[in-house]
Amino acid sequence: MSAPTGAQRRQVLRQAASVAVATGAYGISFGALSVAAGLSVWQTCALSLLLFSGASQFALVGILAGGPAGGAAAVATSTLLGVRNLLYGLQVSRMLGVRGPRRLLAAQLTIDESTAVGIAQPEAAAARVGFWATGLGIYALWNLMTFAGAIVGDAIGDPKAYGLDAAAAAAFTALLWPRLKSLDAFAIAAVAAVAAVLLAPHAPAGVPVLVAAAAALLAGLWRRAHHDPAPPHQWAGEGDLATEPGTRS
Amino acid sequence: MSTWTTVLVASALAYALKVLGHVVPARWLDGERTSRVTSALPIALLAALVGVQTLTSSSGQVVVDSRAAAVLVAIVALLLRAPFIVVVVLAAAVAAGLRALGLP
Repeated sequence: MSAPTGAQRRQVLRQAASVAVATGAYGISFGALSVAAGLSVWQTCALSLLLFSGASQFALVGILAGGPAGGAAAVATSTLLGVRNLLYGLQVSRMLGVRGPRRLLAAQLTIDESTAVGIAQPEAAAARVGFWATGLGIYALWNLMTFAGAIVGDAIGDPKAYGLDAAAAAAFTALLWPRLKSLDAFAIAAVAAVAAVLLAPHAPAGVPVLVAAAAALLAGLWRRAHHDPAPPHQWAGEGDLATEPGTRS
Repeated sequence: MSTWTTVLVASALAYALKVLGHVVPARWLDGERTSRVTSALPIALLAALVGVQTLTSSSGQVVVDSRAAAVLVAIVALLLRAPFIVVVVLAAAVAAGLRALGLP
């Protein structure tokens, strides 16, 4: 176990900072959208503190916006979106080699971005610095910006007049975008979107999303067509990672 | 389910998944099929959410309104590699502007 050199360390910390700032910044949109969806400021902050996984949080409040009856579907969608963190955990636990309380903290910080910065490093010591710096940086900024966004959202009157419902749709589009790296991915996305919209008039809020997702997944599995790389690699383009020398291209 | 229950149950499940990834033996979950499913899952869920949030009303009816225009602008911004926050703010501005002009 060798410590990273000063120059390596600075380079990793610079990457971590750029990813943390870019990700933390959109905590403000989550905060505003969550309050517009009918959650209180404290419920909004609790999600960022406890759930801490962007796509799951956006999905949960997006479905709750249709009314509290969508609670079960909201939990299901949020949890299915969180399944990828489980796979990241396998890679991160091998990378960090920590036990006890630090392992429980590392688990909470295991998300797309911290995993991506960690595994993008060419060697183990730098990978550990990258994971912790990115994870802790995002955790701090994401929660601060969520609180700021919730206060702003609370002060705004009619969310529709400010286009916040459109902002939610755009947020899902932007979360989906980096994953559309292959024709298979496009096909799965198209099937899921069309199925969900067609089902919407005939099912309770949140259910069309789950059914559409299940249908698309089955199609992808059955045809054995889907061969995307694991998502963290796609996120390595976030910030200036892709242009840094010595990182995965 | 009350909103607080929803928030806390979803948070507990999300954390349980994260911890599970750190403690189960890697060979339980390594494998081509597992990685295929876990990469397809967020694609399908997020795409379905885009569809529903863009094209359906709160009562579930299919409607085309200012949101559709806003998402088209968001896609153009993403093609131009705009950062997440810019994409979201731009979409909100487009929808707010169209509604200020009297469109639904």
